Amino acid sequence: MFAYIVRRLIYAIPILVGVNLLTFTLFFVVNSPDDMAASQLGDKYVTPEAIENWKQKNGYDKPLFLNPDAAGVAQLTDTIFFDKSVRLFAFDFGRSESGRDITTDVATRMWPSLAVALPTFLVGIGVNICVALMVVMFRGTRLDRGAVFVFVALMSISYLFYIIGGQFLVAKTWRLVPISGFHTEGQVWKFLILPVLVGVVAGIGAGARWYRTLFLEEANQDYVRTARAKGCSELSILFRHILPNALIPILTGVVVLIPSLFMGSLLIESFFGIPGLGSYMLDAINSQDFAIVRSMVFIGSILYIIGLLLTDISYTWADPRVRLS
Amino acid sequence: MLSRLAAPRTRAALLLTSAALLAGCTDGPWNNPNPESPPGLVTYQSVMTPLPPKHLDPALSYASDESLFLMQIYEPPMGYHYLKRPYELLPLGVEDFPQITYINAEGEIIDPEAEDVAYSVYALTVRADARYQPHPAFAVDDRGAPHYLFEDASESRPYRQISDFPELGSRPVAANDYVYAIKRLADPFNASPMLGFMAQYIVGMEDFSARLKDVPRDGWVNLDDYPMDGLEVVDERTFRITIKGRYPQFSYWLAMHFFSPIAPEVDRFFHNPGFLDRNLTLDWWPVGSGPFMMVKNDPNSEIVLERNPNFREDYFPTEGAPGDAEQGLLEDAGKRLPLIDRAVFRLEKEVLSLWTKFLQGYYDRSGESHGNTNRVFDQAFVVGPNGVELGAELANHGITVSPDVKPAIYYYGFNMRDPVLGGYTEERRKLRRALQIAFDTEEYLNIFYKGNGIAAQSPIPPGIPGFVEGEAGINPYVYDWVDGAPKRKSIEHAKQLLTEAGYPNGRDARTGEPLKIFIDVQSQAISSTSMNWMDRAFGRIGVQVEYRPADWNRTREKLLTGNTQIFSHGWLADYPDPENFLFLLYGPESPLICNCDGANNASYERPEYDDLFRQMRVLPAGEERDALVARMVDLYREDAVWLYGFYPKDIYLNNPWVHNNKRHGISKNTLKYVRIDDDLRERKREEWNQPVIWPLYAMSALLVALLLPGIIAYRRRLRATARQ
Repeated sequence: MFAYIVRRLIYAIPILVGVNLLTFTLFFVVNSPDDMAASQLGDKYVTPEAIENWKQKNGYDKPLFLNPDAAGVAQLTDTIFFDKSVRLFAFDFGRSESGRDITTDVATRMWPSLAVALPTFLVGIGVNICVALMVVMFRGTRLDRGAVFVFVALMSISYLFYIIGGQFLVAKTWRLVPISGFHTEGQVWKFLILPVLVGVVAGIGAGARWYRTLFLEEANQDYVRTARAKGCSELSILFRHILPNALIPILTGVVVLIPSLFMGSLLIESFFGIPGLGSYMLDAINSQDFAIVRSMVFIGSILYIIGLLLTDISYTWADPRVRLS
Repeated sequence: MLSRLAAPRTRAALLLTSAALLAGCTDGPWNNPNPESPPGLVTYQSVMTPLPPKHLDPALSYASDESLFLMQIYEPPMGYHYLKRPYELLPLGVEDFPQITYINAEGEIIDPEAEDVAYSVYALTVRADARYQPHPAFAVDDRGAPHYLFEDASESRPYRQISDFPELGSRPVAANDYVYAIKRLADPFNASPMLGFMAQYIVGMEDFSARLKDVPRDGWVNLDDYPMDGLEVVDERTFRITIKGRYPQFSYWLAMHFFSPIAPEVDRFFHNPGFLDRNLTLDWWPVGSGPFMMVKNDPNSEIVLERNPNFREDYFPTEGAPGDAEQGLLEDAGKRLPLIDRAVFRLEKEVLSLWTKFLQGYYDRSGESHGNTNRVFDQAFVVGPNGVELGAELANHGITVSPDVKPAIYYYGFNMRDPVLGGYTEERRKLRRALQIAFDTEEYLNIFYKGNGIAAQSPIPPGIPGFVEGEAGINPYVYDWVDGAPKRKSIEHAKQLLTEAGYPNGRDARTGEPLKIFIDVQSQAISSTSMNWMDRAFGRIGVQVEYRPADWNRTREKLLTGNTQIFSHGWLADYPDPENFLFLLYGPESPLICNCDGANNASYERPEYDDLFRQMRVLPAGEERDALVARMVDLYREDAVWLYGFYPKDIYLNNPWVHNNKRHGISKNTLKYVRIDDDLRERKREEWNQPVIWPLYAMSALLVALLLPGIIAYRRRLRATARQ
């Protein structure tokens, strides 16, 4: 397995280079360094000298990919691409366009993201699996058909509706929890209840429907009939026989998400005022802060690759017949 | 089954669940999003929206959202009277108004009215009682050496934020600190947005900047080692600034945060090795002598200011504008400032959250730099018998309204070099006037800005000298004065003008082609409904419209190259002088002439206007200057340079416990005047935020109702025979 992991990590390098190159190119097609300088300097009295000074200060006064004025390797290294993107491979994220240290910001912001994403993820999986198993227990009945209808209805509702509806009812009308915010002085949990609740409820439709499909496939297998014939209880059949056998497709969809939990959620964090990485990314896009965007895309790519690797490893745990080679 | 619910074990479980739900929620309202304030300190709770400040270094910042913080922490040489209108300039960080000496090219002192003024020397004396906030940068050891001066990054690693430094110090503000601050503007390494503009005026700034470009940057560069010709430290408290020619508006610039004092030791402190990696910079931790000091800067969630214990003696003004006393704005006259101890500004990105928290009493005001009422105006206001008024919920809460007509103008301008719409012939003027009349600004503002704006009759907004009210102030080419109010001329008149311009019924009389105009719009700043409205407005005179949406950078490119026909733009005043608006039409400010990011995007060039502008900008306030301003406004109207314009109006809402809510359009250093009735705030918060608990029980019941059939069916299934 070790060799497999090493090989997968080596495969990741060209993927990361590609992602990096693509992000860099896309960003600079939309925005030139002059545009970035003008955006950062404001709307008034922006002189060409001010733009040049800004570019020089922030390292945007070099050629993009190839520096013909430099000699030797410096033709490649003395460029914006090398300075701003290749350095990411050494986890040197540099500074945002407004001068803040990105590594410090990421390290600070990932915890609030995790504080919301982790309980949403765990509670969500638990609820979805329980609901799906319950529905599977009544497969073919009116209850099953009604549940599928409800799942599809829940899936059809926009995520924004859940957020705004939740805020309106729970926080504004009933005044049970703060409508938004996050601070670590005192009761952090009261800021997490609503976003977690919204995240879980919004995910029930799609999640439970998907799990139901997986479980139904297993429920019709011979081993289930055998278990039932042996006199196993329904709960035992569901949790000890069907669930473990349906784990492979579940893990495929779930484990890959685990590392990305650090990245947070754009919508939830923005609407609930959670100072996590999701809102960090959104703010960076809004203020055209390329330094943050490229760092976040890079981190996201790495986490996704780790997620895929973890998924493969988890298969061996879920099904001992699987061997990684 | 129901009987089982009444069983003691079930009852106990229900009670435990309820207790768990209610646990921890007994200290005041459950929905309070604010952490506990330190006891005994009156805290003002407000917002920063929608993004945190990017820069808090006075040399780098040029945004009103950032000025909100900087102007509480720093004291530039000049300031403004809080209450008086028109805006009145006052000494703030200095003892008195600048003493200005005029000098000719030979270096001789000359009469202020002389025509051969080559230089103006501004002499300023720093207040004797001005003193910096306590800060580690001023901490010194027994030998007087700086306490926190590190050799390498490993030494400074234990310090992650300003509160980690136990040793603090302070000292009086010195004249050299103001000089040092101006040198920082000139240092190209700082990339100050003011450098290009100020280098036109301050003697030696350009040379200083060029010299500093070659200085190696591997640590702190003490700017005291590099003299600048136009700056002179006379003694500990007196300094002089020499500017080129005569520029009376320079006194206004001295009221902006760019000229706030920066102590060299503070600059040195923030250049300690390793500080930059932990965001310990002057850009994030401003250090000043103003009424407040920054104690927390978490741009992800909140910025906290606290009363500066070293702030000089400053008192609430005893005089105001007419009507201020009646509105209770002089109740605190003569009281020592600031009137609050602490101010917390929380990041609030979504308007629903902001609005809800404001109504729940957790924010004292609806906003700081923006009233935030535009996007939720429908909720806040209703149309009553006396026009637009506060909705019942807000009125019952005792919320007060502070309207604020900003010293700003938003406009759509014509490109005066455009081959179809530009030019200075009578036909072209008539064509532009016809379009001006067809664009019903009042209707546009009512529909798309909910009435939050005033149709502009000239480039000069209210509150600025040169703005004329009443009949004398209307644009006679677009409006008539009817029944004591301006009335837009009729569409028939516009059609007539169009015919005289060579476009009868909106078609070119020579070719028969319909007249099509092109409007460059910023994608984010316009909606399809407003484009539809404009189609209809111009359609009334038979003119077709095509829109060319682009982002700001592309729009800016078009403006710089003159590749536009009609464009949208805006201007927020730096200082309350008509010169700051009339220069938007000054010929040499055209990007096509100056080859720069000039402000005259319409490329309006009329020699008479330019001559008048040059005369006006150096004249002191008075009748002569007013006459020049009036003539320039006449020329603007005659030439119909802008399609339309309006002065934006923002409405701020204040909870009933907040006092001294008068808005100041120019200055942001008004936090020190705010007074909070803390007891009333606590009572109202308690009263407005009683939780509604029945939904918790209803949801529990619903959950049981959902689970119960399942449980019953499951149990039945377990007991079922194979046949069943």
